[in-house]
Amino acid sequence: MSNIFTSSIGKKLMMALLGIFLVLFLLVHLGVNLLILMDSRQAFNVAAHFMAHNIVIKVFEIFLFGGFILHIFYGLILQVKNWLSRPIGYNKTNNSQTSFFSKFMIHTAVIIFIFLTIHMIDFYFKSKFTNAVEIVNYNGKEYHDLAALVLQKFKMPAFVIGYILSFVFMSFHLLHGFQSAFQTLGINHKVYTPIIKKIGIICTLIITVGFTIIPLYVYFFK
Amino acid sequence: MDLTLKIWRQENARAKGKFVTYQVTDISPDSSFLEMLDVLNQQIIDKLEKPVCFDHDCREGICGACGLYINGRPHGPDSAVTTCQLHMRKFKDGDTIVIEPWRAKPFPIIKDLVADRIAFDKIIHAGGYISVNTGGVPDANAIPIPRNLAEISMDAAACIGCGACVAACKNASAMLFVAAKVSQFAVLPQGKVEASERVKAMVAKMDELGFGSCTNTGACEAECPKEISLSHIARLNREFYTAKIC
Ligand code: HEM
Ligand code: SF4
Ligand code: FES
Repeated sequence: MSNIFTSSIGKKLMMALLGIFLVLFLLVHLGVNLLILMDSRQAFNVAAHFMAHNIVIKVFEIFLFGGFILHIFYGLILQVKNWLSRPIGYNKTNNSQTSFFSKFMIHTAVIIFIFLTIHMIDFYFKSKFTNAVEIVNYNGKEYHDLAALVLQKFKMPAFVIGYILSFVFMSFHLLHGFQSAFQTLGINHKVYTPIIKKIGIICTLIITVGFTIIPLYVYFFK
Repeated sequence: MDLTLKIWRQENARAKGKFVTYQVTDISPDSSFLEMLDVLNQQIIDKLEKPVCFDHDCREGICGACGLYINGRPHGPDSAVTTCQLHMRKFKDGDTIVIEPWRAKPFPIIKDLVADRIAFDKIIHAGGYISVNTGGVPDANAIPIPRNLAEISMDAAACIGCGACVAACKNASAMLFVAAKVSQFAVLPQGKVEASERVKAMVAKMDELGFGSCTNTGACEAECPKEISLSHIARLNREFYTAKIC
């Protein structure tokens, strides 16, 4: 057990478990974000406040950060080793039949990483560590007016385009990643694997379409 | 058929190689790819030059010795065949064919198109066997084995160790080969005894030799001349977790 993560398969096991965990997190995150489409900013602000202050979610947050960091860490280690496994490449690029997006996991990952960094600076650090976010009062309690910040950001065309593009690349990562994680976990079954592949496509669609309609709606209708 | 061949030539392991272009004429569409190379080599020998080196032995798709990376695909454009079983009718008259050796860090080039695949033998030495006493032929039905398990084992045992899976993989991963060699024993009672030690030793050796990890792209399965299935890689993963965690 102790040295399972020194092996290539052990590292992939970790990536797969964390990858699935991150997908679940994204679905929850989407649920909260959709509240911004409501007429009043209160629902979103209260939900965001809850997510930032609830003790259970604070513990969860540690796992989430750890999850991201380890997924990225093992992803990079494996990728570097994979590049080193073929120091002299082919003259003719390989045209074997493959799971298409599997070839671009590291490229889509880099774009997700850039998005993630900007995203964290914009929303997480601003409300946690600076006074840049306005304070609003609901029933005598103070809340960060994150909704106002989001609405303001989603009025900037460059921001909206960047945001949507990031999720397009995220969908590429997940179109291969979701079903790949189950193969890594050792689940390959005549009946269940095609179902898992369909669930992967559905989850990816929900995440991509969900996160994409929010900035579009705000930009055009709010 | 008249063809233009761009072939990787490299004097020895340390030499810097390069592509050399050759013309061959009057190739029969019914000849095999290796017979076409024989024609080329005769032509080169007639000019008192050094023929192109390539691996081959049985020339009937069962030994795993042959293996060329042809126009961007291990074992060429046909599916489920070795290079020796590839026919020239899969090409068109006037085609240019680029021929390269397997490329992977654990498969260094010995000469021209010959890659050293001793790394596979090292993985087998690490655990790809069962320890039984030799002697008289055992009774075939002494140990009953369910038909479906026998099928899985036989499918895995079809692997001829050619290395096309490594050659095709963007990570130069040997997972399909190791999966086949683990699976063929893992499902049988005779293989269960050493199952845990086997999978741990073979995976450790695979990692140590410098093969990449598995991104589940499926290029290996697509190019394997014996159509070894990705489901064996899932079984390898299961065997590995069981061995490590239990
Ligand atoms: C900066 C962010 C990220 C980086 C650098 C990254 C990197 C990678 C890499 C390199 C792989 C391929 C590993 C391999 O098979 O060799 C991968 C697979 C995967 N990623 Fe990510 N990723 C990131 C973010 C995410 C996110 C946000 C999710 C989910 C929401 C995710 C889910 C997955 C899944 C499910 C896999 C498949 C695991 C497997 O094949 O077993 N990744 N990631
Ligand atoms: S798994 Fe297939 S491609 Fe890989 S060595 Fe065995 S026969 Fe060759
Ligand atoms: S020469 Fe034996 S498999 Fe091709």
